[in-house]
Amino acid sequence: MKRNFCYLHLRVTPSDAKVQRFIAKAAQLGYKKISTPFSTPPTQTELANIKKYAENSSLDFVTRADFKPRNQEDLMRFLRKYRRQFEVICILCDNKEVSRQAAKDHRVDILNFTSLDYKKRFFDRAEAQLACSTGVAVEIDLKPLLVLEGPPRTRLLSSLRRETAIATEFRVPIVLSSGIGEEVLMRKPRDFASLAYLFGLQESQALDAVSTNPTAIVSRNRQKLDPNFVAPGINVLKEGKLQ
Amino acid sequence: MKRIKRRYLAVQLECEGTPTERELMDALWASATRLYGEVGASLTGLALIDFNVENKIAVVRCTLASLPSVRASLTALTRVAGHEATMHVLAVSGTIKALSPHF
Repeated sequence: MKRNFCYLHLRVTPSDAKVQRFIAKAAQLGYKKISTPFSTPPTQTELANIKKYAENSSLDFVTRADFKPRNQEDLMRFLRKYRRQFEVICILCDNKEVSRQAAKDHRVDILNFTSLDYKKRFFDRAEAQLACSTGVAVEIDLKPLLVLEGPPRTRLLSSLRRETAIATEFRVPIVLSSGIGEEVLMRKPRDFASLAYLFGLQESQALDAVSTNPTAIVSRNRQKLDPNFVAPGINVLKEGKLQ
Repeated sequence: MKRIKRRYLAVQLECEGTPTERELMDALWASATRLYGEVGASLTGLALIDFNVENKIAVVRCTLASLPSVRASLTALTRVAGHEATMHVLAVSGTIKALSPHF
């Protein structure tokens, strides 16, 4: 079966001139879906432009919002306001309160632990249990593995190995992303998946993390954002008056 | 003695300028050494079979057992001969002949 690879975390601002080049390069590397994270809803023109670039390169553009809440209330406010405006919601977890709340909220799609400090990476067994019950995925950015060297990379690999083992045990979906904003660091999806070998992810799991898992998140949310969606498995097929 | 099984990788180099075979191989070994240490890198059996300077495609050999680690080290490579560089694996095969369409 041919895999449908996703590039969910391309870090370029939509107004940037590089966007068009990045999108073309992603298509050339074999991706089918692409997304750049927004922190606020993009303007209609920005979104139309970026979608046009993606369409020209035969890519499917996914709208994604990244948010770093300060506390629980901040997170809830963000989700209430923006959940229906974006196809993918990613929460950058910087403290334990936020990461626990995000893991138990169905409206969150992805948890991202950006800190390289292992004390600030809150993906432990308790977090995995919460994420497992809500279907929230954990995202691993591979950029630090490309740019770091020596002890910081060793420490990061150690943290990632522990986190992927926990995620696998609790069946929490893993999404491998790049988090890259430089063209020279862009890699083919299978090359990115091969980096997961460094922290103990099996080849099939790694390939799922760049294809099946992100695709599932996007299609699930597109279904939910459809105006005919009522509940999982229930859709409005036809509207009319009762006879 | 048991025969060592090998794999050949066709890799596309993207970088400014054209590195020599020696510079390319040094970069490959340096990347593997940074990730796995000297002993780990020595177990990969890395060797450069061919390097087409025109289209910057190289054929690299490694042992079958070390294929995942070699792929990871090729992906982790970011500099060749002092220039920013990227390596994309085009194909993996058990024979050099099968890689000829890529080369």
